[in-house]
Amino acid sequence: MPPRPEIEEPADDLAGSLTQRLRTARRSRTEEKILQEKELAEALMAQRRPRESVWGPFLERAGGLFGFVGQFFARFWRPPYEGKELLNQMDEVGTRSLTLTGIVGLSIGMVLAMQSRGTLARFGAESFLPGMLALSVFKEIGPVLTSLVLAGRLGAGIAAELGSMKVTEQIDALEVAALKPFHYLVLTRVLACVIMFPLMTILTDVLAMCGGFIESALSSNMDYRMFVTEAFASMRFADVIVDTMKTSLFGFIVGIVSCYLGYNVRGGTREVGQAAMQAVVLSSLMILLADVVVVRMSLLFFGAPGT
Amino acid sequence: MLDPFVPEPAHMPVTGGAVPPPEDVVVDLRDLTKSFGEKHVLQGVDLALERGTSAVVLGGSGTGKSVLTKHIVRLLRPDKGEVWVMGERMDLLEGDALDRKRLHIGYLFQGGALFDSMTVYQNLQFFLDRHTRLSKGEKNDLIAESLESVNLPGVAQQFPAELSGGQRKRIGLARALVLKPDIILYDEPTTGLDPVSVRVVSELIVKLRDERGISSISITHDLLAARIITDRAHFLFEGKIVAAGTLDELRHSDHPAVQEFFEGEV
Repeated sequence: MPPRPEIEEPADDLAGSLTQRLRTARRSRTEEKILQEKELAEALMAQRRPRESVWGPFLERAGGLFGFVGQFFARFWRPPYEGKELLNQMDEVGTRSLTLTGIVGLSIGMVLAMQSRGTLARFGAESFLPGMLALSVFKEIGPVLTSLVLAGRLGAGIAAELGSMKVTEQIDALEVAALKPFHYLVLTRVLACVIMFPLMTILTDVLAMCGGFIESALSSNMDYRMFVTEAFASMRFADVIVDTMKTSLFGFIVGIVSCYLGYNVRGGTREVGQAAMQAVVLSSLMILLADVVVVRMSLLFFGAPGT
Repeated sequence: MLDPFVPEPAHMPVTGGAVPPPEDVVVDLRDLTKSFGEKHVLQGVDLALERGTSAVVLGGSGTGKSVLTKHIVRLLRPDKGEVWVMGERMDLLEGDALDRKRLHIGYLFQGGALFDSMTVYQNLQFFLDRHTRLSKGEKNDLIAESLESVNLPGVAQQFPAELSGGQRKRIGLARALVLKPDIILYDEPTTGLDPVSVRVVSELIVKLRDERGISSISITHDLLAARIITDRAHFLFEGKIVAAGTLDELRHSDHPAVQEFFEGEV
């Protein structure tokens, strides 16, 4: 094999080729930079884009919920009337929540009395404690706290139960057997919440007042009759009724939101868990928002308490 | 109350102006089309089930087999096409007429779909309580008969969670049987079962056809079960029935998807 001849590049050519290579390298670096900037811009745009996808599902969910409420009222009047299942659900909402709401009522009454006593005593207004307690408990703390506690207990339970029935095709099985699952599962649960929330609220209110009295009796030997007279001196019947009955609305919110989220679960156990969590969060938020509206309306129609 | 044991009142059949299938055809799907968004699941399915026969719909996972049977009980409505069940258009029925028709059809769900808060006995009793005016003794007899027919007479007081997968499916079948349907749809009746249970469930389906004359459509990808059950098999691929006939005829089909499916068995 003959030796390969060595080819020497002339000096001028060498310089020219180096310049050429440098230019090429610089151009490619510039292009790379442009590309990088372009990618960065696209990434930033992509970061902004999800904003649209947040509103889409939200609006879809809100529309679905309104549709579900519409279905509730449309089917409410039509048979079958599930009286027995309604009683079962009332038992679930009421009897089985008694301990929880009872403890909440008793403790909140005692704590309120303990916390307020010092402040009132500083102004020599300790005798106003029962009145203040009754006003706070009956008008706001009792209804809202009971509803929030029940939203936590029932919202998660209802959404998880219906959700797991959905993913294991039990709801489809009811539908296929002509058993009207909406009536059997949804109407009964929502109605049970509407009926039982005010009753549970009354119980919480009464126990909160008992808690307040126990604290007062222990701290200042207040007489039972005097406590009751002072407590209800500045209360009107309308105050108690309106603020207790607003919990029917809160019950409706908890029932319908939880049923909607559970009834429309798609997927598996992960989605069931998410539905349970969302039911509690959404019901609680909606209770607080609805409370603002109801209080505003009641002030408009019935005036401020004690006026 | 839509009592399935009381003769149906005479009424004009709902046909939507179309020509009904012959009387011995209990289920007739014509040009059934269904899409979910961009996904075209069924693209013109034609399938007929004759009275007293067992049909099997074969196909890979995600080919729309369950979607097909859900149209027959109107859990889904077609985008296009006709669903005939015992001489009436299931896709057009509403209200009581729809519910009454549904009571002619039993549906065995993949996991049994038993109500897990109730015992086996209560699961069966629940259907009878809602739909019949039978006495307690008559209901007990029917429940015992249904449990007997699925060879599980001793589990009445157990909860679904205490049963094996195969037992749950058989109880699901007993629950479907308690209202004495004319047609039963089996959604993957043998999926997830051991070969012995596959044989037990499949032979049960055949027994119900032979002894009670129950027509059935089973959707499955289990060839062992299909071999035992089927009178006529259909192969669903890309939203269409691409081959139909006896299982042997399907085995010799020249459609590549069918060939691949049967080769998978080998």
